[in-house]
Amino acid sequence: MTAALRFDPIRLPEKCEQLRKEVRAFLAEEIAAGTFDPHKPNREDTDVPEFSRKVGAKGWLGMTWPKKYGGQERSFLERYVVTEEMRVANAPTRRFFVADRQSGPVLLKYAPEHIKMDILPRICRGEICFAIGMSEPNSGSDLFAAKTRATKTDGGYLINGTKIWTSSAHIADYMIAIFRTSPPTKENRRHGLTQFLVKMKQPGIKVNPIGQITGQYEFNEVVFTDFFVPDDHVLGEVDGAWKQATSELAYERSGPERFLETYYVLTELVRAVGPNPDTRSAEGIGRLVAQLHTMRRMSVSVAGMLQAGKEPVVEASIVKDIGTVWEQQLPHRVRDLAAFVEETATNRETLERQLDFAIKTAPKLTIQGGTTEVLRGIIARGLGLR
Amino acid sequence: MAESDNIVVETAEKIFADLADPQTINNDKKASWQAPLWQALSEAGLPLSWVPEDLGGSGASLADGFALLNAAGRFAVAVPLAETMLAGWLLAQAKIASPEGEMTVLPASPKDRISVDADGALTGRCRGVPFAKSAKHFAVLAHGKNGVSIALVDASKARTESGLNVGYDHSDTVTLDKVQPVTIKAAPDGVDQTNLMLMGGVARSLQIAGALESMLDISVRYSNERVAFEKKISKFQAVQHNLARLAGESAAALAAATSAADAIANAGSFDDEVYLEAAAAKIRCAEAAEKGGGIAHQVHGAIGFTIEHILHRYSLRALAWRDDFGSESYWAVELGKLVARRGADELWPLVASR
Repeated sequence: MTAALRFDPIRLPEKCEQLRKEVRAFLAEEIAAGTFDPHKPNREDTDVPEFSRKVGAKGWLGMTWPKKYGGQERSFLERYVVTEEMRVANAPTRRFFVADRQSGPVLLKYAPEHIKMDILPRICRGEICFAIGMSEPNSGSDLFAAKTRATKTDGGYLINGTKIWTSSAHIADYMIAIFRTSPPTKENRRHGLTQFLVKMKQPGIKVNPIGQITGQYEFNEVVFTDFFVPDDHVLGEVDGAWKQATSELAYERSGPERFLETYYVLTELVRAVGPNPDTRSAEGIGRLVAQLHTMRRMSVSVAGMLQAGKEPVVEASIVKDIGTVWEQQLPHRVRDLAAFVEETATNRETLERQLDFAIKTAPKLTIQGGTTEVLRGIIARGLGLR
Repeated sequence: MAESDNIVVETAEKIFADLADPQTINNDKKASWQAPLWQALSEAGLPLSWVPEDLGGSGASLADGFALLNAAGRFAVAVPLAETMLAGWLLAQAKIASPEGEMTVLPASPKDRISVDADGALTGRCRGVPFAKSAKHFAVLAHGKNGVSIALVDASKARTESGLNVGYDHSDTVTLDKVQPVTIKAAPDGVDQTNLMLMGGVARSLQIAGALESMLDISVRYSNERVAFEKKISKFQAVQHNLARLAGESAAALAAATSAADAIANAGSFDDEVYLEAAAAKIRCAEAAEKGGGIAHQVHGAIGFTIEHILHRYSLRALAWRDDFGSESYWAVELGKLVARRGADELWPLVASR
């Protein structure tokens, strides 16, 4: 076979099911206490610091990390369960999600020991928020065209330039960003970029909010003017960020957040059609559930590969490609099926409000975190076409 | 699923490679390959994989049998291997020994029903029965006053009208008119027509997934050979993205089918979780057969539309397999009803049950 794509049927171990019960009980308590409303994915107050600290206190942040950095040394499958339960409940994870999924693992791998000891335990306690500084005004999918400069100076670097579409930069305590330390070479246009840890909320950084078509202000423009970053904040090899980027992608691209972003409209549709749906609604729901189930099984399978120490980059890209296309179509299919829902359905207003938001959210899903086009390029490379 | 340490799959793949090479059998207009292939499979005990040794079979596990069906799909095998396996499995549920030779199961559609009268005679009409024409015996699931029965029927006692499915394999109409079975026994608890359809549906899902794996393989290979506009067509981004989508469909089909097989192989009963797995597999694999097969043809262009090319052996069979043991539309309606009956707040717990 040209492409030995494997998605072995992983079954979650018993301890995951115990954990799932704990997470559900915790979320039910928080909902009852009014910390968040599971029916409102478009909540204005997406930053809920006390919720982050409670999740941290439960030991559900940095779960897979070494204990000496505040982690729990638990498995990726356990982390998976926590992530999917939070996502399905529409819990306010914004403040900790990026740090837990992405920034923490980068620091674990590339940061000097004293920085790990300083920052990782604070992530685990849910105290700090991270942003990712990748895109620039003229560099989006073409990551290696980044121009924001890091110029060597005494004891560190001076940063000048602009990052854009940076989610949560307005609340973030830190950013992990790539800056240009050298020009690209003729042989390797990816050469010359370096990964840095940046402490936010300092002079020399200006964060300008950017409005989104959903009406929210989640992403930002971040302008650096002679901003100083000390030497020990370099993450990994100078000029060699391109070598470090790829292995993280499997973590970033295969999680439950890649097909559950609009899941809530499916739940509300099922509620609206009631226990005896007509044939049209039943078939529509059945097909959507079949897709959902398949993607989750694929996603769990990738989590199992990660747990086994593999780097399933192609499989993860397939999960994100199929998953994001599906979650993008989901609100439109639900809208089709909801067209004949009785006027008297008790949750009609909730469904309509959710659809309004999900339909506006949909376009970003196949863009953020690696566009469909980029993903298909990676899959094609895995197939031996490039 | 093709684990190299799976002796059943290894044996089957060797037989398929020797006696069912797709190009060779595609060139053979008289189908003279069928008898030697069936003989070799039978000698290896593969058609009766799911029959315990004391009932005349080879007593392989459910998991090994499912892996074998996936391998059969990769070769688009056009002999009643899956059908005989399912028939043997059904008979074994009632401790009925399997005879030698080709078998198939009745009914092969959730809409058809066979009844059994007080004398144990069977009556009913079943459409779309795969390979009924070449079957020596039928394994029959019938409904009577005392519940569900399982019977072994001599195929010559039934009236079989020939038909072909979209993949040119036999898909026949079988009519039983007060036919006395060779053997008939009460079905054990938990074996009913729905569960037979779920088993058949998972078998077909694994075959479709296997066919898609092969379609991806030959499409990638072809795109790396075929030159157009002075370069290999694999270098065109539009072609690359189509093949990436085919890889996604193939992967989704494989994941859904192997997950369902694993669920059945490890479950004590056909509960809601198994129902979700099996129904979802059939729905998702059928959708993948359409989308993935379409891309494989698009990549091949006109050559893939010729009867001389092997692509249709996979693409048409995958489409045909959608219809057996309940189409994706049927299962989607049933799955949708199940989800609605359980209620909105029970959807996620069902999906996240494994």
